[in-house]
Amino acid sequence: MKAPYSDRKYVIYIIFISIGIILGFRLIYLQLMDSSYKVSADKNVLRYNTEFPARGLIYDRNGKLLVYNEAAYDLMVIPKYAKNIDTLGLCQLLGIDKATFIEKMKKASIYSSYSESIFEKQISKEVYGFIQEKLYKFPGFFVQARTLRKYPIPIAAHTLGYIGEVSPEKTLEDKYYKPGDYIGISGIEKSYEAELRGKKGLKVMMVDVFNREKGNFAGGKFDSASIAGKDLYTSLDADLQTYGEYLMKNKRGSIVAIEPETGEILTLVSSPTYNPNLLTGRIRSKNYMTLIEDKLKPLFNRALMAQYPPGSTFKLVNALIGEQEKVLVSSTRFPCSLGFHFGKLTVKCHAHGSPLDLEQSIVQSCNAYYCYAFKAIVEKRPFISTKAGFNKWRNHVLSFGLGEKFHNDLPNELSGNIPTSDYYDKYHGKNRWRAVSVISLSIGQGEIGITPLQLANLAAIIANRGWYYIPHIVKAIGKKNNLNQRFIIKKNTTVEAQYFEPVVNAMNKVVQSASGTGFGGKLENVSMCGKTGTAQNPHGKNHSLFIAFAPKDNPKIAISVIVENAGYGSEWAVPIASLMIEKYLFGKVKRKDLEQKMITGNLISSN
Amino acid sequence: MRYQKNIFSNIDWITVGLYLVLVIFGWVNIYAAVFNESHKSIFDISQSYGKQLIWIGTSLVIAIVVLAIDGKFFNTFAYTIYGIFIFLLIFVLLAGSEISGSKSWFKIGEFALQPSEFAKFATNLAIAKYLSTANIKIQDLETKLKTLLILAIPVSLIFLQNDTGSALVYFAFIFVLYREGLSGNVLILGFVVVVLFFLTLLIDQYVIIATITGVFLVLFFFIKKKRKEIFILVGIYLLTTGFVFSVDYIYKNVLEPHQKQRIEVLLGQQTDLKKAGYNVNQSKIAIGSGGFAGKGFLQGTQTKYNFVPEQSTDFIFCTVGEEWGFLGSIVVIGLYITLLIRIIFVAERQRSSFSRIYGYGVASILFFHVVINVSMTMGLAPVIGIPLPFFSYGGSSLWSFTILLFVFIRQDAFRVQQL
Ligand SMILES: [Zn+2]
Repeated sequence: MKAPYSDRKYVIYIIFISIGIILGFRLIYLQLMDSSYKVSADKNVLRYNTEFPARGLIYDRNGKLLVYNEAAYDLMVIPKYAKNIDTLGLCQLLGIDKATFIEKMKKASIYSSYSESIFEKQISKEVYGFIQEKLYKFPGFFVQARTLRKYPIPIAAHTLGYIGEVSPEKTLEDKYYKPGDYIGISGIEKSYEAELRGKKGLKVMMVDVFNREKGNFAGGKFDSASIAGKDLYTSLDADLQTYGEYLMKNKRGSIVAIEPETGEILTLVSSPTYNPNLLTGRIRSKNYMTLIEDKLKPLFNRALMAQYPPGSTFKLVNALIGEQEKVLVSSTRFPCSLGFHFGKLTVKCHAHGSPLDLEQSIVQSCNAYYCYAFKAIVEKRPFISTKAGFNKWRNHVLSFGLGEKFHNDLPNELSGNIPTSDYYDKYHGKNRWRAVSVISLSIGQGEIGITPLQLANLAAIIANRGWYYIPHIVKAIGKKNNLNQRFIIKKNTTVEAQYFEPVVNAMNKVVQSASGTGFGGKLENVSMCGKTGTAQNPHGKNHSLFIAFAPKDNPKIAISVIVENAGYGSEWAVPIASLMIEKYLFGKVKRKDLEQKMITGNLISSN
Repeated sequence: MRYQKNIFSNIDWITVGLYLVLVIFGWVNIYAAVFNESHKSIFDISQSYGKQLIWIGTSLVIAIVVLAIDGKFFNTFAYTIYGIFIFLLIFVLLAGSEISGSKSWFKIGEFALQPSEFAKFATNLAIAKYLSTANIKIQDLETKLKTLLILAIPVSLIFLQNDTGSALVYFAFIFVLYREGLSGNVLILGFVVVVLFFLTLLIDQYVIIATITGVFLVLFFFIKKKRKEIFILVGIYLLTTGFVFSVDYIYKNVLEPHQKQRIEVLLGQQTDLKKAGYNVNQSKIAIGSGGFAGKGFLQGTQTKYNFVPEQSTDFIFCTVGEEWGFLGSIVVIGLYITLLIRIIFVAERQRSSFSRIYGYGVASILFFHVVINVSMTMGLAPVIGIPLPFFSYGGSSLWSFTILLFVFIRQDAFRVQQL
């Protein structure tokens, strides 16, 4: 008897055999019929030429070119085909000896015998011309065009960043990159890498044994065109940036200027800086080593990464929180007898009339006033514990964009530090600290740390009377009107707009009235607002701080200036900020004496 | 000695011979694919061909061990083995390592093992065991559901490991079920489903719906207008249109971008040479450039690594195509088809239904792997990343295919023993 269904084996046989036949026909098509795949077995090889796209250009806010590309050429080799070459000729051409040649060949073979690797980076135009002519003498070699970055105005090195060869780890992680490719390493070259790089193209060429290209393989069927990177329109003002770097010569510190209305960063100076042209091309690695060994740390981006105690500028924040928490009104007065005294604790103050009201406490920068104010905020009823009061205060502070990263389009920013109640619980013990234990926070000293960018944003917040856009550096990608959506979400502080007026008025007096600490920065025809500060520096002379905005109504610019080891804010930071504002609002600076004094000031060699 | 002689004289040497030829020729091509003048020694453990020699050696040991095991062992312990591998599939999800996107590996030093490769063997045992149980009829709904469950457990676990290719292999069991009595319509249905799937992606879905509607309207005039027939016709019509809509929906909303891309490349709707299309294009160039007689051993220029990624694993067939040309490729395909037909032939001579069903499972799994792998290197199937049996570089796949095949050879030898 026949087993049930055993006839079905024939169906299976038929399926197996017919699919085998289909595969056979596909082979016949690919290998015997379609001539586009024909490559004569031993004479022709295919070369996969990568077409590198032009990297996107970078402009300033007025359309001035900041970064462009210049062609450079790498000499590539495919070791397997580099046979019977004129070794001596090549060595002479490149100015290398035979040992170096062998070493380079070996390195290339270890990477791969069958695929290209860089033999010599960025050969000169003369060598390029010569090799291109005599390529038949050097089978296995060819020239690959790449782009170098150039900076027509050598400014904003930290912000623009630089590109360099991609790391081996990155090539494994992201298959787009091959060894020898360039990638943005810092600054906006890094944060906008995806937009700037464009897309590589591929050309499959037939090459004969004499290393001569015999045209497109398969009529270009497998080629793909490269797509150029997108241009970036930054918010930087090239003139203002240039001027800021000029003023900060021979000083350590930074200037950050923001347009309050939009959150666009106008200037981002970190001094000492370097010429961005130094970190491009063949000279990059040598210059990089010099810069990294420099004791003044020119590669360190102070504007985003240095964290200073904000000093008296922080009194503005405490005044605003005090008003919002209704422990202060503009007529509130606190006494000061050369400082604040509480038990054994004393916070010193300079000699001035007492008691002061809110406005005068800012104009004369009274320390005692803010000790009382801070104590009142933290210990305000109905908070049952210091901790709850402190947390409330801290939340207000964070709403000013302090103590946290902006996560904007500049890489490597630091968050600054607004200490938490948990930190003090650990430091003093749980429930064993009170407002007076952390009283230095009231005058912006102690564990508190703020970056120059955050400080400038604080000025912008006050200029706007209570809100800000995340400060950012790129206005548009590709097309001029293509605004980055991430940066048009308004951020509100926890302090209502009405409470800003007394503080703004006080800041106005700081600059406009003869008794104010910022009077030295008073400008003709513009009503400016500001606040000086001094950041205590345990390692040397104090840092000079100043934040400001102008004009008082409809502000166009908000700025923070920090000059390290410069003593009081009024000495250096105020005039520099004032000159920057003059330059931005009027396009030129009239006060040449003041300008001269700032430029000639050298605060580096003395320290 | 007597026992051993008994076993080895009853072995189906044709199958073993085909196996050995494929393994050796596979190794030769792996050697060519990663050949590098600075590492010429074939025993160089730092190179994949050196490692593959170890895998081949250990596979032969495994083969001999399998042949020495008692003939009834695999029948008796089928469910136990199945259970162990299901456990391992769960375990690897929790504690395994991720290699190129699939969390399906156990790493032991330099070497990595993939339980999903072995799960095919274990599932095949369980299916054979279940369907060979006395009084089981595949026509019963309960049998169908239980069979589906045996398949669904490993498939869903492998899907969770993000290894879609290995999960799709289980579709191959449709041949086994067909041979055991599942309605022939299932094969036709499968074929229609695949064709409709690709048509939906190629042509606007409303055009297809309109065409289907037209066809069914014509059919409607031809059938005898009995209530039952109308009912069936309308049912099929609704199912087909529903399928077309859901394919479109799944494609647009459920598939991951990289999966979509692979399908688009296959359909010729996208020719992104740098991403999904890269491998396939390079592989087609390599195979095509081989011509009639190929470029000769080690003379390939297109298939050296860096041109075709995964050259020694999933894309090993293009080295064959380039260096051995049409002649070599057709011989390899011929060898596989011969092996498959031999397995079916041997399966049909089994007296125990367990051995027969198991044999069909072996053939089906191998068939799926060979057809999909070779098709994807020639641009006929999407790149789903499954190895070419016995050929591709990799320990897990070689070991598991060796076990899969030699358990069957052992069953066959056992049949003769019983005489
Ligand atoms: Zn005072």
